[in-house]
Amino acid sequence: MTDTAFEAAGLGKRFGRRGGWALRDCALRLPAGRVCALVGPNGAGKSTLLALAAGLLAPTEGRVTVLGTAPAAARARVGYVAQDKPLHPQLTIADTLRMGAGLNPGHWDADTAERVVAAGDLDPKAKVRSLSGGQRTRVALALALGKRPGLLLLDEPMADLDPLARHDLMGTLMAQAAQYGTTIVMSSHVVAELEDSCDHLLLLGGGRVRLAGEIDDLLAAHARVAVPAGTDLAPHTVVESRTTGRQLTALLRPASPLPSDWRATTPSLEELVLSHLRNPDALALTPAHEEAAA
Amino acid sequence: MVEYRIDRHSGVATYVQLVQQTKQALRLGLLRPGDKLPTAREVVEATAINPNTVLKAYRELEREGLVEARRGLGTFVRRGLGSAPADSPLRTELEQWAARAREAGLDRDDVAALFTDVLDKHFQGDPS
Repeated sequence: MTDTAFEAAGLGKRFGRRGGWALRDCALRLPAGRVCALVGPNGAGKSTLLALAAGLLAPTEGRVTVLGTAPAAARARVGYVAQDKPLHPQLTIADTLRMGAGLNPGHWDADTAERVVAAGDLDPKAKVRSLSGGQRTRVALALALGKRPGLLLLDEPMADLDPLARHDLMGTLMAQAAQYGTTIVMSSHVVAELEDSCDHLLLLGGGRVRLAGEIDDLLAAHARVAVPAGTDLAPHTVVESRTTGRQLTALLRPASPLPSDWRATTPSLEELVLSHLRNPDALALTPAHEEAAA
Repeated sequence: MVEYRIDRHSGVATYVQLVQQTKQALRLGLLRPGDKLPTAREVVEATAINPNTVLKAYRELEREGLVEARRGLGTFVRRGLGSAPADSPLRTELEQWAARAREAGLDRDDVAALFTDVLDKHFQGDPS
């Protein structure tokens, strides 16, 4: 057993010899039992990172370790739901779950899988091809959860779901994490939707890691301030600043305690993420950088 | 049993909302000594929040001596809070007062302002 669920060092992936890098210099460590939000704009490398962790892509450089071993060796303990929710369209839901049982001998949790399907009011005899996008997502999640994985990799799991199904399935995922200590990594564009469910953040931008760590720590490391225009913000790291009339508002990474008249407040997760996305040149904050600086 | 309701837009940290709602239930006598709090699994299944948030809230309640975790059994209420159960005579009087305030044409904000003012006058300096 290991206390690290997912680790990467110098990880890079390039598609084709002349293609651009989808992911580069990626270093991260996700402790076991965390629920990690994987966030970033389109083309940031989120899906690539998840496919590398699932062992469906081979790295061009660097290495990736999941559950203490190579992705291919950990496959039986990893659940992966790709963005397009691949399922066999000609199978019925019941057949799909039977397939899950057959492919996961000895660790198939039929109760959980059936409960997830039943909560969506789906007819087990319905063929997968007759299902809507959201219903397919439910079946794909049932298949992944039935596997009772140690690590669950979900690529945009909530995108097709209506608000009720979203809340219900997020609750199911959290219950899984609470009961079995399952580590979950899920990507999404909607940060607000992840804020209450995730305790860890991995923000990718331009194929690189921009922010990584416990959400509480990342929020505590930043401050939103409102000061008179022209105030010198040094020596603090400025992620974003804007001057409106006589006021300067900024999102900072304080290097030392801030003056009390700077009216510092803790940013929300969404503010933190958006500020970093709007300012791709802002200094990254990841455990790897801290170690390098130490 | 207490059922938690999370307000995502309140600006109050989620674990603090759990702590406050538990205390409110203790004050109103909806939770009494010996009662079991819902398990982390039950709370997160219903609210879709992170399990660690629930554990953090329960640790805080434990630190304040209000609940205790019993290994393998769950988290139990150790003591109640305050002396304002849901069915006390004081509540009945307050209910009657609120009804009269409404009849007199006060709206919710007027009543809240009045109540807060009186509260401040009588409990000035007391810990909240």
